[in-house]
Amino acid sequence: MRNDTVNGSRGSLTHPDIKTMAEVNVDVLRPLSRPGKGWWMLLGLCVLGIGLMLWSWGIQMVQGIGVTGLTSPVGWGVYITTFVFWVGIAHSGTLISAVLFLFRAPWRQSIYRVAEAMTVFAVMTAGLFPLIHVGRVWHAYWLIPYPNSRFLWPNFRSPLVWDVFAVTTYFTVSAIFFYLGTIPDLAAARDAAKGFRKKLYSVICLGWRGTDREWHHLSKAYIFLAALATPLVLSVHSVVSWDFAVGIVPGWHATIFAPYFVAGAIFSGVALVITLSVLVRKAFGLEAYLTSKHYDAMAKLCLVTSMIVLYAYLSEFFMAWYSGEEVERAAFWARLFGGYWWATWVMLVCNGFIPIMLWFKRVRHSIAALFTISIFVNIGMWFERYVIIVTSLHHEYEPFAWGMYRPSVVEMGIMVGSFGWFGFWFLLFTRLLPPVAIAELKEILPKPMKPVVSNPLVTAGHPGDMSNG
Amino acid sequence: MDSGFGILASYSYLDSAVKAIEQLRKAELKEITAYMPYPEHTVEDALGYDQSPVRVWALVGGLCGAAGGLAFTSWTSMEWPLVTGGKPILSIPAYIIIVFEMMVLFGALSTVIGLFINSRLPQVKPMVVYDPEFTGGKYGVYIKVPEASREQAMRILNAETPDQLQEHQMGSGHG
Repeated sequence: MRNDTVNGSRGSLTHPDIKTMAEVNVDVLRPLSRPGKGWWMLLGLCVLGIGLMLWSWGIQMVQGIGVTGLTSPVGWGVYITTFVFWVGIAHSGTLISAVLFLFRAPWRQSIYRVAEAMTVFAVMTAGLFPLIHVGRVWHAYWLIPYPNSRFLWPNFRSPLVWDVFAVTTYFTVSAIFFYLGTIPDLAAARDAAKGFRKKLYSVICLGWRGTDREWHHLSKAYIFLAALATPLVLSVHSVVSWDFAVGIVPGWHATIFAPYFVAGAIFSGVALVITLSVLVRKAFGLEAYLTSKHYDAMAKLCLVTSMIVLYAYLSEFFMAWYSGEEVERAAFWARLFGGYWWATWVMLVCNGFIPIMLWFKRVRHSIAALFTISIFVNIGMWFERYVIIVTSLHHEYEPFAWGMYRPSVVEMGIMVGSFGWFGFWFLLFTRLLPPVAIAELKEILPKPMKPVVSNPLVTAGHPGDMSNG
Repeated sequence: MDSGFGILASYSYLDSAVKAIEQLRKAELKEITAYMPYPEHTVEDALGYDQSPVRVWALVGGLCGAAGGLAFTSWTSMEWPLVTGGKPILSIPAYIIIVFEMMVLFGALSTVIGLFINSRLPQVKPMVVYDPEFTGGKYGVYIKVPEASREQAMRILNAETPDQLQEHQMGSGHG
C-alpha cells in the first residue's frame, strides 16, 4: 500500500483542499445518509406549499377560471408570469452543464449537478402553469398533435405551439443530460451504500462498472448531447419571448426580445444556482468543493447578464421615445409612472442596479453578499416578467380598453405553492443523488502517479511536472 | 474462450495501469477491460480506441428528427388548409422552429439509444469481475487469457505492483 505518496497530497488549482480521489466519494456521498430534523421541517413546509397549490387549483377547477383576476384587457397574469419565471430559472442548468462544458470552463464540475437538478425541477414546475392557465386542464391533451376524430391539427404558425415543442424538448433533453451525467456517480453511491439503498442505486445506475467501453461511449455521447443542448438553451427562451414579441402589443413587439429574454433567463438561473448552492454547501459541508473561485465565476456571469438586461430595459425605453409612436411612448410612460410603477421600479433596482455591486471583488468573494444579491435578483426577475406581461396588456391602444389587473388569492396561492413543489423535488434530490459530480470532478484533480524515486537528490516534495491535471 | 483464465489487477496509480495495458497489448493479449473512476483518455489511447459510433447515431437521429418535423408540419397544414394571420398555407419559416426542436429531440434520444447499445448498458448480469474501489479512485485491468498465456499475463500485471490481484477460472464463459 503506497497511499501516502507525495503526488496524492496535492489538490488541483480550483480545489486546493481536496487531497485524494477516494476523499471525493466520502465527502460527496455523506449527505446521502439519514436526513436531520431541519431537512424534514423544510420538506414539511414544501408539502404544505404543494397542498396550498392543489387546494387553490381545486377551487379553480370547481368554480372556473373566473376565480382569478384575469379578465379583459389583462388575460395573462400571474400564471404566465410564473411560467416564464420558472422556464427562465431552468436556463442556467443546461448553460452550465452544456455550454460551459463545450467551452471547457474549469469551474463547472462541482456546480453543475445542483444546476442541472434545478433545471429539471424548474421545468417541471413551469410545465404546470400552462395547464393551470388554460382552465379546463382535463382537455390539456388537446395541445398534443395527435390524429383526433376530426383531423384537426395545431396551428404550427403560432408561437404558443412552438412553445409547447420547445419546452417539452427542453425538459426531455435536460432530464437525459442530468441522468446520463449522474449514472457513474450513482454507481459510486451503490458501491458505498448498504441495504435497500444499495439495491436502489444498483438498479438506477444501470449496472455501471466504469469500464473503458462504458466511459468511451458515455463521454462521446455527452459531447454530442452538449452540442445539441447548447443551441437548445438559446432557442427555448427565444421561443418563449416570441409568445410575446410576435403579438402587436406595445411593449411586446420588439426585435430585441429573444436575446433580452435569454440573457434574463441566464441571469435569473445563475442567481438561483447561487442561492441554492450556498444552502447545499452550508448544509453538507462542501466548502472544499464549492470554493470562492466558483462563486466569483458565477457572480461574473450574473454581472454580465445583468448588464445585458439593463441595457435591454433602457433601450426599450429609448426606442419607445425615439420611434415617435404615440402608443408606444404612452405604454412605456405608463410602465414607469402608471398603475404598476412599483413593479417596474422593483425590476429596475433588483436586476439593473443592485448587481452593480458585483463589480467589486470583495462583494464577489463574500458568500453572504452574493446570497443576498441573488435573492434580490430572483425577486427582480419575477417582477420583470410581471412588468412585461401585465403592464403591457393593461395599457394597449384604445384608452377605453385600459384596465388594471389584480391577482386573486387563488392565483397567489398557486404561485407561492409552486415554490413548494420545486423545493420538494430539490430536497429529495439532495438526499438521493450525489450533489456534486464525483466522476467529473476527478477529471480535473491531479492524477495519481507513481512516486518518483530515481534520484535521492531531488526532494520528494515537488513532483509537479508529473501531473497532467 | 470458455476454458481460460480471468485476471483482475487493481492499481493505485494511473501510469501503472496504462503501462500494464500497453505491455499486455504488446504481448498480443488483447481481451482487456479497463476500469476507471472517471474517463481517462490515456487509458483509452493505450487500448487503441477509435471514434465512437455514437456520433453516427447523433447525426442520423438529428437528421431524421428535422426531416420528420418538416414533413409533419407541412403535411398537417396541407391536410386541413386553413389560412391564419394571412400567412401562406405552407409557412416554412414558422415551421423551422418545430424542425429545429425535433432535430434536437430526436438527435438526443437517438444518441442515448446509441450509447446504450454501444456501451452495453443497462448491464443486468451480476457483476463478477469488479471491485467497489474502482468508483473510488483505483484503476483496474482485467484480462481474459487462455491457459498458455496465463503466466505471461501474470508477469506483466505483477510488474506494475498491483494493490490486488484476483484470478478466476472461466468455466461458463463468465466475465
